Amino acid sequence: MRIDCKHVWEHISAYVENDVKAELRAEIDRHLETCEICSAVLDSTRNIVILIADDRVFEIPAGFSERLHARIDEEIEQPGG
Amino acid sequence: MTSTKTEIEVDYIRRILAGEKQLFHDLIRPCERAIFFVLMSLLRNETEAEDAAQETIIKIYQNLGKFRGDAQFRTWALSIARNEGLARLRKIGNRREDSLEPLDTDEQTGDYTPAILTNWREIPAEALEQKELAAILRKAIEGLPEIYRNIVLLRDIEEMDIRETAAALGISESAVKVRLHRARMLLQRNLAPQIKAFAPKRRGWFGGRI
Repeated sequence: MRIDCKHVWEHISAYVENDVKAELRAEIDRHLETCEICSAVLDSTRNIVILIADDRVFEIPAGFSERLHARIDEEIEQPGG
Repeated sequence: MTSTKTEIEVDYIRRILAGEKQLFHDLIRPCERAIFFVLMSLLRNETEAEDAAQETIIKIYQNLGKFRGDAQFRTWALSIARNEGLARLRKIGNRREDSLEPLDTDEQTGDYTPAILTNWREIPAEALEQKELAAILRKAIEGLPEIYRNIVLLRDIEEMDIRETAAALGISESAVKVRLHRARMLLQRNLAPQIKAFAPKRRGWFGGRI
């Protein structure tokens, strides 16, 4: 049985995570060989997942760690702290 | 024999409680980014999230004796962060509709079809040197409903595994997978058309690199 595009889209996240069963993965791979739309959807999703994980996208505020550890020192140095 | 992460954490905590207080800096350091992002996801304000992160970490220090070694330290720490964030939302009285947890009815509805493309040229990570691209990505994530946003922050940005993400948010692993899928589809649909232009330009016939 050949699976359709909609069926492939339901599994894109799991496919990217390598969390689909071998049989389903083989069916999806077969579909991708001939479907340029699903290939582009998959490639773009994977690309976006990689880009958003980059440290340059979400940065903690400058000086966050220094201020935090100074606060921890204050707490630790309190009598009974 | 090498100790597991949990054994190291338990050892640190025992020593901190016995008086080696400075070790708390090392115990908390690997968790501080995740704590900030959990709070940022809830509060959506950098100053407020930083303040809440400091409060959370002081509470963690004060309550260290209550930590039971049956969960990972980070998971426990993140649940304290989440409670701190939710308490602040209640206090400022702007607990938004989409902050209600969990929105199970939402699992059945919504359109999760991707943006239809016929080809995709890979955007390399170096393209993030362009501040504009990073800003578009950030805006798309911040615009997600909270139940999807916090999954993306923990799983895709903090790179926590499915089990740890589920434990930190108090939901099942299958709910994490469903929401992660929907979040990624929403991001693909929103972002793919917007960021296509950041792919490196193709060179001509003799240019080599495409």
